[in-house]
Amino acid sequence: MKNFNYHCAKDSKEASKLSSTNSAFLAGGMTTIPSMKLGLATYKDIIDIKRIKKLAGIKVASKSVIIGSITTHSEVANSKEIKKKIPSLASLAEGIGDPQVRNRGTIGGSIANNDPSADYPSACIALDAIIHTNERKIESSKFFKGMFETALKKGELIEAVEFKIPEKSSYQKYPNPASRYAVVGVYVAKHKSGVNVAITGAKSCVYNDKDLSKVLSSSFSSTALEGMTLNSSDMNSDIHASAEFRASLIVTHAKKAVEAC
Amino acid sequence: MASLVGSRVERKEDKRFLTGKGRYTADINIANQTYAYFVRSPHARAKIKKIDTSKALKASGVVDILTGEHIANDKIGGLIAGWAIRSEDGSEMKCPPNPPLAKDNVNFVGDPIAVIFAESLEEARAASELVKIDYKVLKAITNLSETMNSETIHEGIDKNLCYDWLLGDRQKVKEAFEKADKIIKLDITNNRLVPNAMEPRACVIDYNTASEEITCYTTSQNPHLSRLIMSAFGGVAPEHKLRVVAPDVGGGFGSKINLYNEEIVCSWASKKIERPIKWVAERTESFLTDTHGRDHVTHAELAVTNEGKFLGFKNETIANLGAYARVFGTVTPTYLFGPCATGVYVMPAAYSNVKAVYTNTAPVDAYRGAGRPEATYTIERLVDKAAIELGIDPIEIRKKNFPTEFPFKQTLVHQVDSGDYFAGLEKAKQMSDYDGFASRKKDSEKRGKLRGIGVTTYFEACGIAPSPVVMMLGCGVGLWESAEVRFNPTGQVTVYTGSHSHGQSHQTTFAQIAADELGVPIENVDIVHGDTDKGTFGMGTYGSRSLTVGGIAIVNACKKIVEKGKRVAAKMLEASPEDVEFKDGEFVVAKSNKKKTIGEVAFACYLPGVRDEVKSPLPEGEEPGLKESAFFDPANFSFPAGSHIAEVEIDPETGDVKLDKYTAVDDFGTIVNPIIVEGQVHGGIAQGVGQALTENAEYDETGQLITASYMDYTMPRADNLPNFNLGFTCTKATTNPLGVKGCGEAGAIAAPPTVMNAVINALDGQEIQMPATAEKVWKACKNLKKSNSKAA
Repeated sequence: MKNFNYHCAKDSKEASKLSSTNSAFLAGGMTTIPSMKLGLATYKDIIDIKRIKKLAGIKVASKSVIIGSITTHSEVANSKEIKKKIPSLASLAEGIGDPQVRNRGTIGGSIANNDPSADYPSACIALDAIIHTNERKIESSKFFKGMFETALKKGELIEAVEFKIPEKSSYQKYPNPASRYAVVGVYVAKHKSGVNVAITGAKSCVYNDKDLSKVLSSSFSSTALEGMTLNSSDMNSDIHASAEFRASLIVTHAKKAVEAC
Repeated sequence: MASLVGSRVERKEDKRFLTGKGRYTADINIANQTYAYFVRSPHARAKIKKIDTSKALKASGVVDILTGEHIANDKIGGLIAGWAIRSEDGSEMKCPPNPPLAKDNVNFVGDPIAVIFAESLEEARAASELVKIDYKVLKAITNLSETMNSETIHEGIDKNLCYDWLLGDRQKVKEAFEKADKIIKLDITNNRLVPNAMEPRACVIDYNTASEEITCYTTSQNPHLSRLIMSAFGGVAPEHKLRVVAPDVGGGFGSKINLYNEEIVCSWASKKIERPIKWVAERTESFLTDTHGRDHVTHAELAVTNEGKFLGFKNETIANLGAYARVFGTVTPTYLFGPCATGVYVMPAAYSNVKAVYTNTAPVDAYRGAGRPEATYTIERLVDKAAIELGIDPIEIRKKNFPTEFPFKQTLVHQVDSGDYFAGLEKAKQMSDYDGFASRKKDSEKRGKLRGIGVTTYFEACGIAPSPVVMMLGCGVGLWESAEVRFNPTGQVTVYTGSHSHGQSHQTTFAQIAADELGVPIENVDIVHGDTDKGTFGMGTYGSRSLTVGGIAIVNACKKIVEKGKRVAAKMLEASPEDVEFKDGEFVVAKSNKKKTIGEVAFACYLPGVRDEVKSPLPEGEEPGLKESAFFDPANFSFPAGSHIAEVEIDPETGDVKLDKYTAVDDFGTIVNPIIVEGQVHGGIAQGVGQALTENAEYDETGQLITASYMDYTMPRADNLPNFNLGFTCTKATTNPLGVKGCGEAGAIAAPPTVMNAVINALDGQEIQMPATAEKVWKACKNLKKSNSKAA
């Protein structure tokens, strides 16, 4: 690891001010630190945001749950309010990585990183989340831009994520047997306005599967998905799963999710 | 006194290991040490045009940088193959030179080229980025089946062929096949595995400029052998100026048999730079450069009668050696593989033909089971296929071909001294509730799942011996073992063994044996191993040899102690040695109550006199002290055997294979410590399940290892495994006084065919290759649906 300057920001304003084209915000550090250790990333300045109180905590409103960006996965997994309002979100958090990762990794970090196999982005898409930054509020559908790419601008910091409370929802993941990241993760959420089926792991970026969402919006049952095949032409293919296999897993896991709702 | 052999003595090692008090190579630090970092080839095959270290040499903290040229100038020798194998045509095998640092050519990704010594690891690593190497990149040869038709990797080695070896009689096999009702044919791959010892390789070198002694702390399964190779072939230092210490070692599985480039380079360099050196592999380096295991492509055929009697067997295998031939690299696919390929069966005619080839991949060598898992997988898959094609129950077809008498002269080489294959299979059948499978299958089907059951009956040949035979077959050393037993004057015992424990719990089992032999409490026995300055030359631990060879050397040394004790006790008790009996730690004169404890005798041996009297307890001419050593060379291998039965449940929607039940019944002869044996079986099965279901070392066509981290290389985990249902039968080995057989590799040998037979049974006989990953199984399930709907 190359040397860098460490800063501990006291608020979002300071954090933003310290940032440059050669800096990174540090929350849980679950991707940043290994990348630096492996020499894949080098930064001049590391800006620790873990001490910014405003970014912590879970708030429940009548129609939404707002989670501070430095909230860890284990805090989400163990939150009584979240378990009550959106149990699928708590169980998603419980299935991320291992206990060490869940105790360090944060929701804001996961979303800002936008790993194509990460779990949280699918929750954002399925639950019509709004990403609160120090500058603005961004709808999920406009936030996730591509592989490891988001709408965040330099120095823009995620402060909280606001999830819409659905009528029913479930997240079903088919984990990579080695890394246990999602080969595919399917987040089904039934809202009054319709059903979202968000998919992670399958393509270069999380997305809302229009076909599955449409079918389930008109008939919310697993039998409605029977025999469906998805176009796999732009799906990922690697040693663990071909595109064709991923497409099949999505339908299988969408069915499981509906049945679990 | 109750016998300790056979009892569940808790491991003496546990306190040390479970409380973090183990002392591994990486825990050792020497004042003023430098840190080594190796510059490795990023290419699978290339010519080195130029190496420029000038910038790196000026980098912060750099002490020195050495390359293959320095190695060549100092005439430091390379790594070697320990077994010379002859081809069918009588020609000697062909091995390329394998210098510790590549000078002109690199032959696999990870091949070391230069080494940087710096004041800190960070500085060494940073400097490595400044070493400039110009390569001429060549086409990598990685496809095993096409290797013999590819460009030549090593000059003068045509077809990349190390040898084309035959064991058996082609003519007899031809005749047997002509008489057959049916020929069962099978094409299989034995997937390549990365051993993944928990502790990565490491070495710490301390050169004493005054005594000119090099001490090399290293992660080795056989420190004496490492010293011998480093001295005799490496020319690093004469043996008496070289001390190799393998302290606590966190797993080897065969990957730490070899002396590696890094140990030779650092030992030599420590003398050159006159500084201690520390090197610890990163996990990626372990993936890239530890010797890998398996990697065969096999075509096998079995000639059978309609009644299911076996008439003949042929085995045509291409074995991957990787870039270079290493210590057990050449014998693993030949004498450790070929003879066992006919399994536990009476096979009137057989041959094994193995072509071992070089590729631009990491060297392949022994990995838990070494050759015998490959052999067992071949025959047991073939026998199951025969059962399917002939419509005979898999258990029945096996029983029809079991030997009924022992010793059993197995077709290719082995004279199996003892066994009862029927008893083991029957017990496994009962324990696994084989007959209840049909109802469990129905239950699975109700839940939309497929269920399969798989059987394997295996034998294996371990504790390779005797030395004259071993050396006749091509081994460069004899495979005996040594032991030394020392009594302290106050009665405790220190046992020095040439075996090495890297997870085998010798501190416990060997102490049980010595305590029984000498009649002393186990607390008073300490086992010392792993240091060439302590104890006698030894051959180390691999191939399930520690107990059957090393353990017996301890028994024999203890017997010599008792013999001397009898003579001394006789003198002390004024009796004739013939009248002295030894039992439970006491020397007793027959038909009397005169006796001396072994402690009193030991004390007398060290203090042979009485104040004011010229009187010795020692007989005339007897030397003082109580210390004996023994070298043991067994009359034969040991032949453990067993029957394993597995059940899997498959989700046809996802291809997930759940290993639901696993029953193992093994015959290891006399069991010294059931806790440790059960642990060995558990570990072996887990690794075997890994090979069957999850693990696969995969190179792409440019020779990059694409499974070079745990993000992609799938180790089996606790949630991949059921509770193991273990049972034992016992036929004692007749070739050693304890009646023991090896147990360390059995699980890894039996599990792959057991699990795969179950998977293939669930898939209605549809064949798939290991590992049975979700996607492969999912595809097979789709085929199954298609053929079912066609049938309907």
